[in-house]
Amino acid sequence: MSVAARATALLIALAAVVAIIVIAAMHYLGGTPPVVDYTSYASGGQVNVVMQTDPQNTVTNRPDWVSYFIQSPQTKQWVHTTYFKVPAATKVNVTILGFDGCTPLRNPVWGQVTGTIGSVAYNDGVPYNLLNSWAECSVQHTFTMAGLGINVPIASPMTFNENSNLCGTSPCTSGPHQVVTFSFRTPAAGGTFRWQCIIPCGLGYLDGNGGPMSIPGYMSGQMEVQA
Amino acid sequence: MATEASAPAQGPKAEPRHGMRLLIIWVVASVIGCLLVYFVLGPHVPPGAMSSSAANQQSDFTILATIATPIFLGVFIYFGYALIFWRAKPGDETDGPPIHGNTTIQLTWIAVTSVIVLALAVFGTVELWTVQGAGAGEGPQPIWKPNSSDILQVQVIGQQWAFTYRYPQFGGFETTQIELPVGQPVQFNVTSLDVIHSWWAYQLGVKADANPLVNNVAYTTPKHTGTFVVRCSELCGLWHGAMFDYGKVVSVSAFQTWAHQTEIQLAAVTKILPPFSLTYDPTQIATLGPVLTKLGLTGAGGGYYSPNDPEQP
Repeated sequence: MSVAARATALLIALAAVVAIIVIAAMHYLGGTPPVVDYTSYASGGQVNVVMQTDPQNTVTNRPDWVSYFIQSPQTKQWVHTTYFKVPAATKVNVTILGFDGCTPLRNPVWGQVTGTIGSVAYNDGVPYNLLNSWAECSVQHTFTMAGLGINVPIASPMTFNENSNLCGTSPCTSGPHQVVTFSFRTPAAGGTFRWQCIIPCGLGYLDGNGGPMSIPGYMSGQMEVQA
Repeated sequence: MATEASAPAQGPKAEPRHGMRLLIIWVVASVIGCLLVYFVLGPHVPPGAMSSSAANQQSDFTILATIATPIFLGVFIYFGYALIFWRAKPGDETDGPPIHGNTTIQLTWIAVTSVIVLALAVFGTVELWTVQGAGAGEGPQPIWKPNSSDILQVQVIGQQWAFTYRYPQFGGFETTQIELPVGQPVQFNVTSLDVIHSWWAYQLGVKADANPLVNNVAYTTPKHTGTFVVRCSELCGLWHGAMFDYGKVVSVSAFQTWAHQTEIQLAAVTKILPPFSLTYDPTQIATLGPVLTKLGLTGAGGGYYSPNDPEQP
């Protein structure tokens, strides 16, 4: 075999190896949770988004990881994801069924409700704009979307007995929980807005921010606003 | 024959004075280049002149670029000259002349580079000293401080994945927005509640690591009103790239109005914040409520699974 042929073969082999590595990396990095699409379910300038927080998730191979779930507007089934899509210039009414137990916020400043319509949220129908997670068993997670200035501490079951008997199978359908509701408006220009729970709820990882806090689809995700 | 006799003798072609040519080209280009870099490029060099430290950084970058210009031009002029005038002729496979060391050039090179390096070291030290740390974090016990008794204290608290700002001179309120008054020295006390972040206010020319349980102090004096960008510049986890916000430099009166209004608006949440401190340890909270304590909690989330937990990271 000539030198040119050998060099060509070597280059082709090298290119193939590089391509395989790149494709594998893209597949690993590009994998995102499914997106629950609410855009065709808006009516009268409003859309209803329903989520739940679970103290575990028994639908993955990481049962100890806390997680959000989002309800499909079409099937009403719970989808293990934190990605959803809503229309622009729309009032989004969020309902979060909070099945997890309480934990102190790392910084109590995140105990205040901001960025929602009226800067208020409702816990089982009772309005609140501030929860003291250090003084009371009152906060389980947060729904924090920095891009829109939204921060809602999700109220938790408050008693010792409730917190000792949390739902054990996800998606939760029974067990102690709070129903938190709030509304906000999506921008007319559209865009993508990431959101997260700002409580480091990745138990078992350094500073609580590994595990479910480090992989989208558990305690962080994004909202796509379709203009 | 008559013609041949009257023609001048054809000796070897006289070699031009390459050194003088190169020197003239280099001097002219350097003068033009230095003037362009200093006066034309200089005012546009980042991070601008929004604060004392930013302006100083811009000035330093401009001076360093001006110093580097003759060196840059010298290398590339010589390179270009050699390509044009010393290119080997087709078919010329002879070796170049055997050149050995030139003591004059070597000594000149060592002397010039030594002077440049030592001058830069002195320049850098002076610049750190004269602008109170040049906008960098100086640790918990800063060496360089502004010569002023009216310094605004702003605490920067990093947390995955947001910065919050606390104003101890205004009741200790804490907010996600940062506003600063123009013309007043500011002391940033930078810390973290979890991992290492780095608070980088680009247009202010301030950059300080935010370490848990450490107070990192940085100073600056805003010189112009406007908006500045804040970014975390220490890879800190999943949403590190989204850990940014925007701050404002406003007039003194506008700042006072904003600060007092914000203090009032946030009075309720300020009451539940821990007392102002230079650092915080959220893993140990002494004031936890009874239900939380009964649940076995001693602080905010984090910590590792117990050794007998089946799920180990």
